[in-house]
Amino acid sequence: MNKTITKIILYTSVVAIVLWCVFPFYWAFISSIKPDRDLFETNPSLIPHRVTFINYLKVFSERPFHINIMNSAIVAGATTLFALIIGISAGYAVARLRFKGKIIVMSLILAVSMFPQVSILGSLFLILRSMHLINTYSGLILPYVSLNLPLTVWVLQNFFRELPVEVEEAALMDGCSRFRLLWSIVVPMSSPGLVATGLLVFINSWNEFLFALTFMQRPEKYTVPVAIALFKGATQYEIPWGQIMAATVIVTLPLVILVLAFQNRIIEGLSAGSVKG
Amino acid sequence: MKKSSLTAFWMILPAILVISVIAFFPLFETFYDSFYSLSLRPGSVKRFVGLMNYERLMRDPRFLADLKHTVFFTVVSVSFETILGTLMALVVHQKFPLRGLVRASMLVPWAIPTAISSQMWRWMFHDQFGVVSKFWERLGIIKPGTPVLGTPGLAMWAIIFVDVWKTTPFMAILILAALQVIPEELYEAARIDGANAIQRFFKVTVPLILPTIGVALIFRTLDALRVFDVVYVMTRGAVETETLAVYNRHVLMDRAFTGSWFGYGSAISVAIFIIISVFAVIYMRSLKLKFD
Repeated sequence: MNKTITKIILYTSVVAIVLWCVFPFYWAFISSIKPDRDLFETNPSLIPHRVTFINYLKVFSERPFHINIMNSAIVAGATTLFALIIGISAGYAVARLRFKGKIIVMSLILAVSMFPQVSILGSLFLILRSMHLINTYSGLILPYVSLNLPLTVWVLQNFFRELPVEVEEAALMDGCSRFRLLWSIVVPMSSPGLVATGLLVFINSWNEFLFALTFMQRPEKYTVPVAIALFKGATQYEIPWGQIMAATVIVTLPLVILVLAFQNRIIEGLSAGSVKG
Repeated sequence: MKKSSLTAFWMILPAILVISVIAFFPLFETFYDSFYSLSLRPGSVKRFVGLMNYERLMRDPRFLADLKHTVFFTVVSVSFETILGTLMALVVHQKFPLRGLVRASMLVPWAIPTAISSQMWRWMFHDQFGVVSKFWERLGIIKPGTPVLGTPGLAMWAIIFVDVWKTTPFMAILILAALQVIPEELYEAARIDGANAIQRFFKVTVPLILPTIGVALIFRTLDALRVFDVVYVMTRGAVETETLAVYNRHVLMDRAFTGSWFGYGSAISVAIFIIISVFAVIYMRSLKLKFD
């Protein structure tokens, strides 16, 4: 009897958790495939009666949404690449080499992750403007690399520490330089850690809003979150909710698949990155 | 020994360089500009004003109100996230079918850009066609036709609700990681000593996950104090929901192009930086950095 009650409580909680996490996406999806007359219905139905894909066509025909997707992909991709290259080298030094001031270096790098982004928003805008980098990909990639370096270095140095040290020692004995050792032996051995870190950096940069909103000021330069947040209708008062929901589904679906496919890696990276008590 | 230091120097240099140019230098510039009066218009004159921007800050009712909103948002949302996150972690720590899939679904709200999920919630909170508004009406929380995002007080609760929605599963996953490393022998030993389920929970589980909860809590506090995306998208800071970061961007990026507001905006940035630094120091201490 007692066991049955526990079971019921457990399953109810599990169902509640899944609904909590997934319902908004379900709602976005069915809103995106409802025709306008069903969408703007004061008693919204949980299951669509009529299905249309017109919103998915309009997202690309009435606005440059495919260009926004491309912008986000280029910025997030380049950020991931650069953050990994710089982070691998710094992370390896912190993990394996002895040098004075390691705690100071690591504290400085970690301190950046706690910066309120808005504190450097104004001066960064001035710096980027003087370098003519407003409305350019580089103008976003540079700040993003810097914002993601703390996480990259921290997670990777944790990862490098776990690697067996014997292989590296043998290579050093054979006269291999640290740089070659790093790029031809350590990096290939660390692909799981690199994938986890790279995913986190990619998701971070894909999702960033404040800098993207401020440094990209033309609609054809917007990244995806900015484009969706600033969606405009034909008139000032009309908000094209069906299209917004379609755009949301288009860009969240790949992220959801990515997360489901790499869940273990992401959880590893997250636990190492934020909470290492 | 000497050589190893030199190698380390070259390996770390790129990281330090990027961080210095894109984070520390702009931060220094922000401090510097907060003592000046200047505008973003090309060709405008920069004038030293000493502490005037800070004096104005202390008397700016909008800044003080926003400080209150930010603290309210932080305290309420982080409390809910911690409590619900712990409960959620305890649930998904149990054994049940499809557990892996359930845990994966918990990553989804975290992985979606806040700006985008805020738009989804804005639609669900729509005063006429929003499904959550309808649900709240049925439950009697709000009167029919109430514009949730247009009502002072209610709007802030809606924003907190969205933040809690996004972050609770994330907290749960961090706490779950701590639950998973508690050795089964400890429970076994407690059971042999005659401890019942409730005693085992408070004497074994709680003390062992408390450090993780603590670190996650400070981490979330840091994040909540600088909240921008969800507020900007849901209300643009209207109806008493404006937070410090939203006001700061408004002064720096909207006002500073027409008037000499950039210095004042920088002073707000410094204030936000100082508030967050206090928590950042606590966080860094709690990480107990140790390197050989």
